[in-house]
Amino acid sequence: MGSIAIRNVRKAYGKNAVVHGVDLEIASGEFIVVLGPSGCGKSTLLRMIAGLEEISSGEIAIDGRVVNKLEPRERGCAMVFQNYALYPHMSVGENIGYALKVAGVPKAERLRRVAETAKIVGLEAFLDRKPAALSGGQRQRVAMGRAIVREPGVFLFDEPLSNLDAKLRVAMRAEIRRLHRRLGATSVFVTHDQIEAMTLADRLIVMNGGRVEQVGTPAEVYNRPATRFVAGFVGSPAMNLMEGVVDAHDVFIYDQTRRVALPPSLAPAGARVALGVRAEAARLVPAGTEGSLDAVVDFVEELGAGRVVHTDLDGLSFAVAIAETTTLKAGDAVGIRIAPQDVHLYSAESGLRIDGKAAAPAMAAN
Amino acid sequence: MVERTPIFNAICHLILFVGLLTALLPFAVVIIAATHDIKTVNIVPMPLMPGHDFMANIHEAWVRADLGRKLFNSVIFATAVACGKVILSAMAAFSIVYFRFPGRSLIFWAIFVTLMLPLEVRIVPTYAVAANVLAPFQALLDVTGVTWLAAHLAGLQIKLQWGLLNSYPGLVLPLVATATGTFLYRQFYLTVPEELAEASKMDGSGPLRFFWDVLIPLSRSNMIALFTIMFVWAWNQYLWPLLVTTDPNFGIAVTELRSLIPSEFGLPDWNVAMAGTLLIMTPPLIVVILMQRWFVRGLISTEK
Repeated sequence: MGSIAIRNVRKAYGKNAVVHGVDLEIASGEFIVVLGPSGCGKSTLLRMIAGLEEISSGEIAIDGRVVNKLEPRERGCAMVFQNYALYPHMSVGENIGYALKVAGVPKAERLRRVAETAKIVGLEAFLDRKPAALSGGQRQRVAMGRAIVREPGVFLFDEPLSNLDAKLRVAMRAEIRRLHRRLGATSVFVTHDQIEAMTLADRLIVMNGGRVEQVGTPAEVYNRPATRFVAGFVGSPAMNLMEGVVDAHDVFIYDQTRRVALPPSLAPAGARVALGVRAEAARLVPAGTEGSLDAVVDFVEELGAGRVVHTDLDGLSFAVAIAETTTLKAGDAVGIRIAPQDVHLYSAESGLRIDGKAAAPAMAAN
Repeated sequence: MVERTPIFNAICHLILFVGLLTALLPFAVVIIAATHDIKTVNIVPMPLMPGHDFMANIHEAWVRADLGRKLFNSVIFATAVACGKVILSAMAAFSIVYFRFPGRSLIFWAIFVTLMLPLEVRIVPTYAVAANVLAPFQALLDVTGVTWLAAHLAGLQIKLQWGLLNSYPGLVLPLVATATGTFLYRQFYLTVPEELAEASKMDGSGPLRFFWDVLIPLSRSNMIALFTIMFVWAWNQYLWPLLVTTDPNFGIAVTELRSLIPSEFGLPDWNVAMAGTLLIMTPPLIVVILMQRWFVRGLISTEK
C-alpha cells in the first residue's frame, strides 16, 4: 500500500503557474526526496498530494484511487511540517493522539498506541509535557510521532529538518531513515538541502521552476546530471560550468588558450555547449603543463578532510577539490587538468545533457 | 533600557502619584459619604473622617432601590451580554479568517462599519425592532403587496408580532453584536500559524472540530480579556435598559441608581445614594479582580 501516481499535475494561482505538468510514479514503500531551490514548486507538489492545495489539472492517485476531490483525512497521508505545527495547548501525548481522538478511537486503545508511538520516537518520558517545554529536536519527534500514530500509507515531510541545528539535523536524518526502514511506509520528503536529499533518498526528484529536471537514484543524479540545472545544483562545491564551442576534433574551446579534450564524437562540431566538471574530478597541475587550463588561485577553503582551491580563469571561477595539503596561496598560477571521461556536456540552448556512448560506464564506476 | 536618572525617576513617580490620587480621591469621598448620617453628609465641607452609619445606609439603599432584584437582573444581563459577545465575535471572526466565501470582504467591511454606528445612533429603529422583532418582515410583506393580496383573496389579515420589550432577550440581544470583539478575535486568529489549521486537517478534524479543539483553548486569555471588558461595559449600560424595561421586575441596577439620587426638593440623603453606588459598583470590581488573575496568567504563560 502507499503507491502514488502523479499524472500531468499542474498548479496555477490565477495566471501564475507554479507547477507545470509533473508526471511521477512512486512505488509503495519507496523513500522519495524532492529536491529543488526555494520557489521551485516542490512544497506545492507535496501539498497537492496531501490535499492542502487544490490540483489545477491532472490527477493524483494513491493506491490506484484518484484523490483529487478527497479531503486530506480521506487520503491516508500523514504530514510532518517544517515548523512542526504542534498544538501548543496540548501535551505531547495529546498531540500524538489527537488524530486518533478525532477518528473516535476508544481511549484505552488510543493510550496504548500513543505509548507505543512515543517509544518509537523516544518520547516516553515527555508525554505530559507541553510542546513549549521541549527542545527543537524533541518537538520534531512529536511531529513525527503524530504522523506515525495514524499508521498511514504515505508519509509527507515538508522540509522537516530545516529548523534544527546542524548536529541535530544529522541525527534526525539517521533517525528518519531508520524509521522508514522499520515502518516501510512510502515517504515523500521535500527539501532544499542536497546532503539531506542524497543521504535519505531511494530516488531523488530534482525540481526547478515548477518542472521536474531529473528523477533517479542519488548516485545517478550525482554522476549523470540530466540537465545543466541539476549539474549546477547537486553536489558541493557546485559543478564547474564553462560555456564554449566544440570544434571538429572533439575539443572544447573556452577561449584562445583554454581547451579541453572531449571523448570522441560526443558532440557535433560547432555545437554551443556548457562543459561541466566536478571539483572532485578536476586535477591541479603545475602551471603551463601541456593540456591544462591556466588559472590563478583565488583562495583556498580548508575543510579539514580536504581542501577546495578556488581559482580564477579570467573572470570565471573554477573550484578544484584536493585531498592533500597544499601551500598554494592567492595569486599563484596553476594548471587545471580535466580528463575527457570526467566531462559533462550540456547543450547551451536547451540545457539538456549531451550523451555520447563513451562517458557512461566510466562514470558509473566512480 | 538601563539608565540611571534619579531626578527624572523622582519626577515620574511624582506625576504618577498625583494621577493615582486624582483617580482614587472621588472613590474615597464616595466611601466616606456612605458612612455618614444625613446631617453630617450635608455639612459643607463634608467631614473626611468616616462616620458610623455605613451598614444602616447600605441597608436603606438596598431596600429602597430593590437592589436584590436589580443586582440579580444586572448580573444576568451583563453576563449574558458578555458571553454573547465573546461567542458571537469568536464565531464571526472564525468565518472571516478561515473561510473563503463570496462576499467575504463585504461582510468584513459591514462589520467594520458598525463600529461607527453605536447603539445610541440607531436607538429608535432598534427599539422599534425590539418592540416587534418581526416588524421588518411585516414591512416587507406590506411593501411587496403580499398583505394586501392575502386580505383580498383569502380574507386573511397578516399581522406578525413578537415583542421583546420587558424581557431578558430584549435587554441582551441588541447589545450582543460587537465589531470590536470581532476585530480582537480576527487579529488573534491571524497570529495562529496557518500550519496549525493544516495539521488539524491532516489529523482529520473538520472546521468545527478545529475551532473547538484548537482555537477556543488557544484563545482562552483572549476570551477572558474580552469577557472582562464587555462585562464592565454591559454593566454600565444605561440608555438601552432604561428604554426597553418599563416593568420594574426587569430593571437593572445602574438605571435604578437614579431612584436613589435625591430630587431637587426631596430629602438630600446623599449618604444613601453613595451607599447604593458602592453596592452597584462592587460586582464589576469583583469580576475585574477575579479575571485579572487569569488574564495575567494567560499573558505570561509561554504557550505560543
